[in-house]
Amino acid sequence: MGKIVGGIGLSHVPSVGPAYDRGKQQDPAWKPLFDAYIPVREWLAKLKPDVAIVVYNDHVADFPFARYPTFALGAADSYAIADEGFGTRPLPEVSGDADFSIHLCEQLIQDEFDLTVCQEMGVEHGFLVPMNLCFPSTASGWPVKSVPLQINVVQHPLPTARRCFKLGQALRRAVESYEEKVKVVILGTGGMSHQLQGKRFGFMNEKFDQWFMDELERNPEGLAGISHQKIMEEAGAEAVELIMWLTMRGALSKKAKRVHRHYYAPMTTGMGLITFED
Amino acid sequence: MGQPLKPIPDTSIFDLRLSRRGRRLNKMCEALCSPAEREAFKRDEEAFMTRFSLTEDEKKLIRTRDFKGLIEAGMNIYAMLKIGSATGNSLYKMGAQMRGESYEEFLKTRNISGAV
Repeated sequence: MGKIVGGIGLSHVPSVGPAYDRGKQQDPAWKPLFDAYIPVREWLAKLKPDVAIVVYNDHVADFPFARYPTFALGAADSYAIADEGFGTRPLPEVSGDADFSIHLCEQLIQDEFDLTVCQEMGVEHGFLVPMNLCFPSTASGWPVKSVPLQINVVQHPLPTARRCFKLGQALRRAVESYEEKVKVVILGTGGMSHQLQGKRFGFMNEKFDQWFMDELERNPEGLAGISHQKIMEEAGAEAVELIMWLTMRGALSKKAKRVHRHYYAPMTTGMGLITFED
Repeated sequence: MGQPLKPIPDTSIFDLRLSRRGRRLNKMCEALCSPAEREAFKRDEEAFMTRFSLTEDEKKLIRTRDFKGLIEAGMNIYAMLKIGSATGNSLYKMGAQMRGESYEEFLKTRNISGAV
């Protein structure tokens, strides 16, 4: 029996990658972010998940705009580290679980989520930064297997927040119908408030971000009704990535309890963190 | 029926119409995910731009490192990060220019400007 044991909502700011690679965990500007993940990793060590489903978006590294899928699921036993234009980070190849992925594809497509299925896929900061923070790799590899789930949150029209939430609910059904015993943690990544272009570059809104985390915890069904327009107006155009947190939340049961919560906004992105145990 | 997106002041909304307008620019940036292509760009920027069929106006935007103009011409911000990297312009440097500020002025507006 597959079982979802936890969910994590977290930002995937690209600059965390080089900060991690250069060992800046104790740097005063970075310490608040990295320290927030120490109890999260202790919690994960107790939960002992076998697989992490990582809901993220590709930033035109492995998916060009020539063909940009709305929903794409990895179905491979390994995923390459993509070069997103700044060189390939020194990380081991990501381990996948192709059998589990194939099961998810079969169930989700049967459940009317018409995914792009990827037997080869390179992953970049949208996927890797959350993994660095929650499941750091060693020379011998990563502590969990992964299933990358890519969502278009870059090129409008995007899937609605509600659709992303429903995808999470479908994922839960798919995980629970897996015959093998597998414990799953789901990560919803991206956001929070940020805008990276135009004169409004650098815009953040902590009040919105805190409200979003409140609603995610207490009223996820209601939060799933949020429009792209509202997110972009109140939290910046690139904050629309937050709809991916709703996929994570949709995959959790009603009895899921919030465990950790943190917020840090040093530069241009509100970096949020929220965890749930299910 | 879906609601059309309404314009937001000082904000570019990257939709399919804008993506289509920026097609040549974005395709060129996507190529920069390859180390060999980055070298080719650095070696001969003009030839590189010609290979991707950029218009004269688009070439001018690249030559002058006009990041605000590139966004308006349909370049996606994540594509622009690649050209920024290839030309020694970090996200924050490009951002300062888009805000109409110097890099130093921009850093002063941040909560913790050491987290770069």
